[in-house]
Amino acid sequence: MVGASLAGLSAARSLRRQGFDGRLVVIGDEPHRPYDRPPLSKEFLAGSLAEADLALEPDEEDLRAEWLLGVRAVGLDGPQRAVRLADGSEVRADGVVIATGAAARTLPGTDGLAGVHTLRTLDDARALRDELALGGRLVVIGGGFIGAEVASTAYALGLDVTVVEAAPTPLAGPLGETMGGIVSALHADHGVRLLCGVGVKGLRGGSRVEAVLLADGRSVGADIVVVGVGARPCVEWLAGSGLALGDGVTCGADGRTGLAGVVAVGDCASWYDPRAGLHRRVEHWTGARERPDAAVTALLAGGAVEPSAPRPPYFWSDQYGVKIQFAGHAAAADSVTIEEGARDEHNVLAVYRRSGHPVAVLGMNQPRLFTRWRKQLAAAA
Amino acid sequence: MIPACRLVDLPRGEAYRLDIDPPVSVFHTDDGEVFAIDDTCTHQDASLADGWLEGCEVECPLHASKFDLRTGAVDAPPAKRPVRTHEVRVEDGMIYVQLSLDAPNLPPCVAARLAGGPA
Ligand SMILES: Cc1cc2nc3c(=O)[nH]c(=O)nc-3n(C[C@H](O)[C@H](O)[C@H](O)COP(=O)(O)OP(=O)(O)OC[C@H]3O[C@@H](n4cnc5c(N)ncnc54)[C@H](O)[C@@H]3O)c2cc1C
Ligand code: FES
Repeated sequence: MVGASLAGLSAARSLRRQGFDGRLVVIGDEPHRPYDRPPLSKEFLAGSLAEADLALEPDEEDLRAEWLLGVRAVGLDGPQRAVRLADGSEVRADGVVIATGAAARTLPGTDGLAGVHTLRTLDDARALRDELALGGRLVVIGGGFIGAEVASTAYALGLDVTVVEAAPTPLAGPLGETMGGIVSALHADHGVRLLCGVGVKGLRGGSRVEAVLLADGRSVGADIVVVGVGARPCVEWLAGSGLALGDGVTCGADGRTGLAGVVAVGDCASWYDPRAGLHRRVEHWTGARERPDAAVTALLAGGAVEPSAPRPPYFWSDQYGVKIQFAGHAAAADSVTIEEGARDEHNVLAVYRRSGHPVAVLGMNQPRLFTRWRKQLAAAA
Repeated sequence: MIPACRLVDLPRGEAYRLDIDPPVSVFHTDDGEVFAIDDTCTHQDASLADGWLEGCEVECPLHASKFDLRTGAVDAPPAKRPVRTHEVRVEDGMIYVQLSLDAPNLPPCVAARLAGGPA
């Protein structure tokens, strides 16, 4: 396993559950045992969840694995299935699970300016939490899920918050224009400024950030800046391995790659979606948890089994006390209707359809109905 | 013994939530068995009655931890503690729940609310 987070841990569990009895080595460049990332922008950032509660392994779990932590994989010899490590050593294996996830994208030219943060790791979250505790003006660059969650958490902590989004509507990619507009209205409903359709030209500041400069000439004063402009798959280390690399590692419908004995899972992997007829990288918690099981089956069977269709991708987000849940693919839809609730009451249930057939569902504080629709989507798939 | 609901009013694959404190849910599986467990997920404040019932397991509606209705055991994090189970009896078509005397495994946010008295 290369990558010691949710997808790597889930693969290790699946290997043991499916009867693999051999040596299991987990390589991770972070010094930490696997921990849960979603709380990093929510409860942990707010200070209501302690570090120990982030652990993804229950105390009694023993996978009989060797953990090589704090060491980066720098290369893969595909045919030999040998993973080269930054300390010069090498791990050879019969099977390799690539689970190196994704890393936060940064803005060029912002390195070394104090007060500027990205949020992907526990260390990032500690640093940001300590700064938020001092209060002040926060500018979030990017109105995606992580940006919106940071804005919501910081608002609850009493900071003065502005969100800057380059697109006309935040979340239009994952949720579509209409629902992206409804969900991102949560900012304004809580008195958080949302500036849309305007890019960021740069940051002003000496040793510490002072303002965010917008493309239209405006500048927004800032004591803290969070850059939430998405994540890129961590696959540079695989250059020259013989693996097909596009937006992540290009895989079949069960995580198999072009190299025998090598599978890829989680945020770094672009799995083939047979229904849509294309590859896509799904950056959600449940995908990283569920899909490794299929990849491990493929790995152990050496390609002898046909992959079963995975459940439609599902993710959640918590913003301003509203539980947002989404399943399916918004991009496939030609219509979206609100079936229940009202936007002002933050309890919308919306169904996305293509030629009359449901392809996705969005819930805001509607867990019961949402689960019903999610089951229907899975059954129809 | 607390009366929950009539068996005929709880179709297979459905759950019924008893609004006591902490709430308890009764599940009627596709195989026709009836189980009762604490309704609140042990991870955060989610109602397991809203979850995804499959076989003898219910998947939390929020973050996908699965609880075994027979034992309360959880399959994998984010929830790490089992959910409390209760005894069920069906008499004359009525479902009764015998509440467990064990301490519940409520998530920290809910436990704090209960400790502070009725909200
Ligand atoms: C702040 C935040 C909030 C989120 N909230 C939600 C949410 O509410 N809902 C939701 O569905 N999803 C959420 N997500 C997404 C979810 O956490 C990810 O989908 C999930 O973590 C993916 O797991 P992974 O194991 O594939 O990758 P990662 O968790 O990114 O782990 C990859 C690991 O591999 C390591 N690694 C990378 N390169 C190398 C290398 N060369 N050698 C060795 N190790 C390496 C990395 O350091 C990392 O530890 C959130 C993510 C973040 C960051
Ligand atoms: S609330 Fe149930 S798993 Fe998180």
